[in-house]
Amino acid sequence: MSVATQGGLSVVDVNGTEIELMEAGKGPCIVYLGSCHWIADDTNFQTALEQHAHVITPRFPGIGAAKDKNNLNSVDDLAYLYLDLIEKRGLSDVTLVGASFGGWVAAEMAVRRSPALKKLVLINPLGIKLSERTTRDITDFFGTPDADLRRRAFMNPDAAGPQLRDLEDGALRARLQARETLTRFGWSPYMHHPRLKQRLARIQLPTLVLGGAQDEITSPGYARSYASLVPGARFDEINNARHFAHIEQASAVAERVTAFAR
Amino acid sequence: MRIYHFSEEPYADAWSPERASLRVTIPNELCEPERAHELYNRYIDEWVLADELGFDIMLNEHHATATCMTASANLVLAILARVTKRARLLVLGVPVCNRPDPVRIAEEMAMIDVISGGRLEFGMVKGVPYEIGPANSYPIRMMDRFWEAHDLIVKAMTTRDGPFNFEGEFFHHRTVNIWPRPYQQPHPPIWSSTSTPANAKELGARGYVMGTFMGGIEDTKKLQKAYVEGYREAGLGHDVPVDRFGYLAMAAVARDGDEARRRADILADYLRTNSQVADPFNRPPGYFSVDAAFRALRSPDPKAFRILYTPKGRPVELARASLDDFIECGITFAGTPDEVHNQICHFVDSVGGLGNLLLMLQGGVLDHTETVDSMTLFAKEVMPRLKARYATDLKFAA
Repeated sequence: MSVATQGGLSVVDVNGTEIELMEAGKGPCIVYLGSCHWIADDTNFQTALEQHAHVITPRFPGIGAAKDKNNLNSVDDLAYLYLDLIEKRGLSDVTLVGASFGGWVAAEMAVRRSPALKKLVLINPLGIKLSERTTRDITDFFGTPDADLRRRAFMNPDAAGPQLRDLEDGALRARLQARETLTRFGWSPYMHHPRLKQRLARIQLPTLVLGGAQDEITSPGYARSYASLVPGARFDEINNARHFAHIEQASAVAERVTAFAR
Repeated sequence: MRIYHFSEEPYADAWSPERASLRVTIPNELCEPERAHELYNRYIDEWVLADELGFDIMLNEHHATATCMTASANLVLAILARVTKRARLLVLGVPVCNRPDPVRIAEEMAMIDVISGGRLEFGMVKGVPYEIGPANSYPIRMMDRFWEAHDLIVKAMTTRDGPFNFEGEFFHHRTVNIWPRPYQQPHPPIWSSTSTPANAKELGARGYVMGTFMGGIEDTKKLQKAYVEGYREAGLGHDVPVDRFGYLAMAAVARDGDEARRRADILADYLRTNSQVADPFNRPPGYFSVDAAFRALRSPDPKAFRILYTPKGRPVELARASLDDFIECGITFAGTPDEVHNQICHFVDSVGGLGNLLLMLQGGVLDHTETVDSMTLFAKEVMPRLKARYATDLKFAA
């Protein structure tokens, strides 16, 4: 693994796949896998975590200037990528935190087990299929206009920040990269792995699942059902919150996460 | 010069420009099966007439749309292979990136080639952006998948001592051994279509026939230039035969020029409404690179689907273009037989040569009588002059 640092941001090479990585804060070790969505940036949540913990935030392949020679294309690939990253950096006692898409990746890592992982926090995670085959559990990001997605993901759609068109060039490019990355890893089967529902029983970590009480991106009770499939997991509802609770209520959610990590 | 008759078999009854989306989300309750039955048979009759009149035949396919009922070009080709006698049968093309099984494509194409006695012209295309959703095909690295599918199809068509095994990045087959093998040896002529110079260059390097669609004189020149570059760099020769190029335009002919222009205006509505697709399906991520999506969002009108320039450099937005704009660009040929002949000659001479003229002589609500009249007049009074003027063995004047 080679590391190149530039302005607080490292580019890390994990077995031929480069990813951008940020590291900041003091306290318990958290590896944070973000929501990687084009309608809203979750940096505010990452910053809130960094107030209470030593936070390592690896980005996904395809984000920023990082190049991926391996053409990774599945969440399986991502699970092994970040497990390798954790191992190669010699991390231990890691609380793995994932939100939305990042929650799916975190769950896939936990079912594969690693001695470096201590606890798991999933915030409105994606990744499982619950309903019968003609009912979506997860709103089709790629078939829904952005304005609808903002309404479904936020209590106050303005909390998503500016619309894509109003972003400055660098931020817009990053959002478009996030959209392509979500497509690359979550296109089909759409935002889930058909086997993950069964595999969640393999998780041996103390687990906290947080779900926005008014989430309209996932079907009713999705996060609660998710928690019920992880042995011993605790489920807490976040009141007055939808799918991107970690962005809309960044400080409050970060406090709950770091309290669990300690 | 070969001249192809093309129709998308529209279900024009449901084709209203006021409708926000003519594709993907338009419900099929708007399609009456009895009416569709009449229309399919009418369009087949028109292709049979095309065969009798000396046209060659072009088909393509689209999905979940009222603009085109040819949901499988292969099925219609199979019918035409039997009921036509002499026309070349061009599919441009089979959307290979939206098909899970390239070997099945090779089999069906070989069957059509054999049934038709070697009349197949085989086009492979990537597939249009708004059909990624209906096909649920993976929009990432599509050209890599396209070329792997292409390699497997060509190998399946040309292998005589099979079966062979194929374990690629995208496709896996245990025992590939197609029956029948194609009628044309080693395989039917291969075409593809493109709108980008990078792909045009790649097609040139392979010596395939390049179809360009309704891009007008300026766009076509740019793509042909890239093709010639690829052709020469690959060592295929200095002079590119004109039969390597095909160009699709709309055309309407009538004794009375005004009547012809009325018909052409009906056809033009096809292009004007082409961008009416439910928003999220229009530009799938991956299919459109981050750079392309960035440029689209930064353009003054992100809904504008295509802007062309006239030979004099005037921008024309296709959704709002007048018939005169289309004629000036070389996207539509319309008028009396003399006018149409002159417009086509102007186009061909301006671009430097063309071996395959693909004409959308039917589109939208243009009815059977009008279509037949236009086709017949074209065949009797324009086609012979074009065929005499443009021999098939001409070289492209780069």
